Amino acid sequence: MGAFIVQFLTGLSDAASLFFVAAGLSLIFGVSRVVNMAHGSFYMVGAYVAYFVVSFLPKGIFTFWSGIIIAALAVGVLGVIIEILLMRRLYKAPELFMLMATFAVLLVIADLSLWLFGAEDKIGPRAPGLDGSYNIMGALIPQYDIALIVVAPLILIGLWLLLNKTRWGILIRAATEDRDMLAALGVNQKWLFSSVFFLGSCLAGLGGAIQLPKGGADLLMDLNVIATAFVIVVVGGMGSIGGAFLASVLIGELSSFGVLVLPQSTLVMMFLVMAVVLIVRPYGLLGKPEAEEHLPPELVESPLRPAPLKFRLVGLGVLVVLILLPFFAGSFQLVLFGEIAIFALACMSLFFMMGPGGMVSFGHAAFFGGGAYAAALLVHYTNSPMELAIALAPLCMGLLALIIGWFCVRLSGVYLAMLTLAFAQICWSIVFQWSGFTGGDDGILGIWPAKWASNEVVFYYLTLLVSIGGIMILRYLLFTPFGYTMRACRDSHLRPDSIGINVKRQQWFSFAVAGVFAGLAGGIYVFSKGSVFPTEMSISRSFDILLSVLLGGVHSMSGPLVGSTVFIWLEHQISQIPFYKWGLQIQPWRLILGGIYILLVMAFPQGIAGYFGRRFEGTFSVNK
Amino acid sequence: MQQVHNGIAILIPMENRQDRHILSLKDVNTFYGKAQILFDMSLAMSRGEVAVLLGRNGVGKSTTFKSIIGLVVPKSGSIYFKGEEITGLPPYKVCSMGLGYVPEDRRIFTGLTVMENLEVGRRLPREGFEPWTSERLFELFPNLRGLGKHLGGQISGGEQQMLTIARTLMGNPEMIILDEPSEGLAPVIVDQLANTIRNLKENKVAVLLAEQNLNFARRICDRVFIIDHGRVCHESTMAGLTGDVCEMYLAV
Repeated sequence: MGAFIVQFLTGLSDAASLFFVAAGLSLIFGVSRVVNMAHGSFYMVGAYVAYFVVSFLPKGIFTFWSGIIIAALAVGVLGVIIEILLMRRLYKAPELFMLMATFAVLLVIADLSLWLFGAEDKIGPRAPGLDGSYNIMGALIPQYDIALIVVAPLILIGLWLLLNKTRWGILIRAATEDRDMLAALGVNQKWLFSSVFFLGSCLAGLGGAIQLPKGGADLLMDLNVIATAFVIVVVGGMGSIGGAFLASVLIGELSSFGVLVLPQSTLVMMFLVMAVVLIVRPYGLLGKPEAEEHLPPELVESPLRPAPLKFRLVGLGVLVVLILLPFFAGSFQLVLFGEIAIFALACMSLFFMMGPGGMVSFGHAAFFGGGAYAAALLVHYTNSPMELAIALAPLCMGLLALIIGWFCVRLSGVYLAMLTLAFAQICWSIVFQWSGFTGGDDGILGIWPAKWASNEVVFYYLTLLVSIGGIMILRYLLFTPFGYTMRACRDSHLRPDSIGINVKRQQWFSFAVAGVFAGLAGGIYVFSKGSVFPTEMSISRSFDILLSVLLGGVHSMSGPLVGSTVFIWLEHQISQIPFYKWGLQIQPWRLILGGIYILLVMAFPQGIAGYFGRRFEGTFSVNK
Repeated sequence: MQQVHNGIAILIPMENRQDRHILSLKDVNTFYGKAQILFDMSLAMSRGEVAVLLGRNGVGKSTTFKSIIGLVVPKSGSIYFKGEEITGLPPYKVCSMGLGYVPEDRRIFTGLTVMENLEVGRRLPREGFEPWTSERLFELFPNLRGLGKHLGGQISGGEQQMLTIARTLMGNPEMIILDEPSEGLAPVIVDQLANTIRNLKENKVAVLLAEQNLNFARRICDRVFIIDHGRVCHESTMAGLTGDVCEMYLAV
């Protein structure tokens, strides 16, 4: 009995930190419509800053708690600085570009943290005065856990009062509903946005700082917590602080008891709870149906048309160059271009569901990496030939996409995207943790092409055939009734509904098709690399694909192709920089990539292909 | 007053000077993407006047208002408020200069209570105008009294229309622009609305309406601008509006 109560209380205290992070994320999104990917980074920075401040200050109850508060405030200031320097310039850019900017911030902070705080995990200091335990019917619970159980509801009440009883709170709630109307009533949103970024970042920092005595600080906290925070926000209901609280308690309890029942089942249980909640209440526990969760305008604006003749000729030219490449390029270039082709297919499959399908995914690597794993596992365990593995990988991913998609299409817009990220993170965790089957962190090695394709030129042609073939099939689909229906469902739910189209089912199938082709790309990818590791399914990989599509622009089919080429080329260039020559121990490629993303977002808010498309509209436009 | 035009200095008569008018638009061209909505829209309104933009659906009345308040930025042309140019200013600046906007779709904050909706609109008092308080507004809109704690999304359409006007008045504007306020309201509520607008005029607040309802406009307006194809095609006093003009531009 005592153990049961202690487990319950531990779950409650785990919920505190999660609640702070999720509430901050929800607040920032509600007002600025920015899905702040860097929110997890703020949490991590909060933990580190608290660690250093608390170690620096003399020991004592007062100084410990001051350290926690200083850390939270410092993170709040960091948030405001980022808002003023970066986000403020982008509010007029499409929402997804702000997402891209915040992901760039995440990359930059990740490398800066490694440099500033060191690679070693930090073990949190005990809280003075609360370092004992209480005995509950024979089981021990740390006093600090009890303190957290008290603090979390106090913060909840504080936030509630702030949002409901102050003019600032009323303006924040109004901004969440209708920013334009608020401006027309004379409210300058600049300071409102900055202040909400401050509060939201403070909460993230507080979440990180306050869990320090329980969990310490490490460099993987940022991505780990953001996925959980997304789950909490979706389960609790977007924009509902009370919902975030309930959902954090639910998730906290679940992990706490899950560890008792089946140590490795916590993620699966999180998945099950999320599934049940979304089936019963699609908008989360306390969320309200979004009356007008409309698509970002950049996805709707331009209708998709078959490319004009001149543009097709350019495409043909590129294709001819690619086919002739083995005659004048070295083996290194062949590998690089093969990789570009595979990545282009993965990007195209995301574009397919994102542009014409209107469903943004933050977790497309689940299908790309999943395809790679499916093929690798088939070869590893059943010795299946390469051809079979490449053919089965997309089918497996189609099935996975049918399962994940069934949940995702119940939501729309950002909620859908958050859910895809949560699912992808679950898939990643399964692969990462189930090391007996998947090899865990060590991956699966020795997956080489069949004998006939082992020559690099032959394999290059095989890669081209699969990738370009896949891209052409996706393109073909877009101009069939399936594609037209898909776009109709994106543009309106009501109108296709009224002519007898099952919108959800159409979206579900589009989701699955995207999964199939991402799986195909993954299937061939594993043979080009010879191995597969969990990173291929990670959030970073998902964002590589997403950012490449955004970089290229979601207006036209050339977008993902341009974006993926630029991305692989950039990645290659960065890997060539001789950091070791300058005495650097670490390769700050995330810092550089993040910096480049920030510059690109600022320079081309329409995407690269979108920009050039507009620039050379005269050259490539259909004759008018 | 002199203005250089095509290199030749010309004299502009006193009555055309911008500051005599509380609001004036000069050759405003507004686009949505590539579609042009306003074509050299020009009009001018005097202080304390009640005027109306009359026209059919889709002739550019709402776009005119959005251009004035700054929700849409015109491609060319100038807009002046109290003699100062406001073209392209962000909405919050235009509003704080004393220009209130009541949108066509009301845009009540549905998750906020009636009192909170009023609070959002509250601005500092303006010199020479008696400041609006919730109490004074409940006198003007008796229907809203007693609804203070109701959510904006739970009150009737007519009450929402009252609330959206009241919310704008909380900003103590010198002029308000009302986009189709009578649309979809019961006749008895329309009567109340007419009284409200007369009351505003007595309080020296200038009012510019956009309407399709000629009968409603006739009851309250001094001046009329008929809009067609994104420009003013007829301007006169309300009394001077003749039947053939109505026939030509307003008949369906």
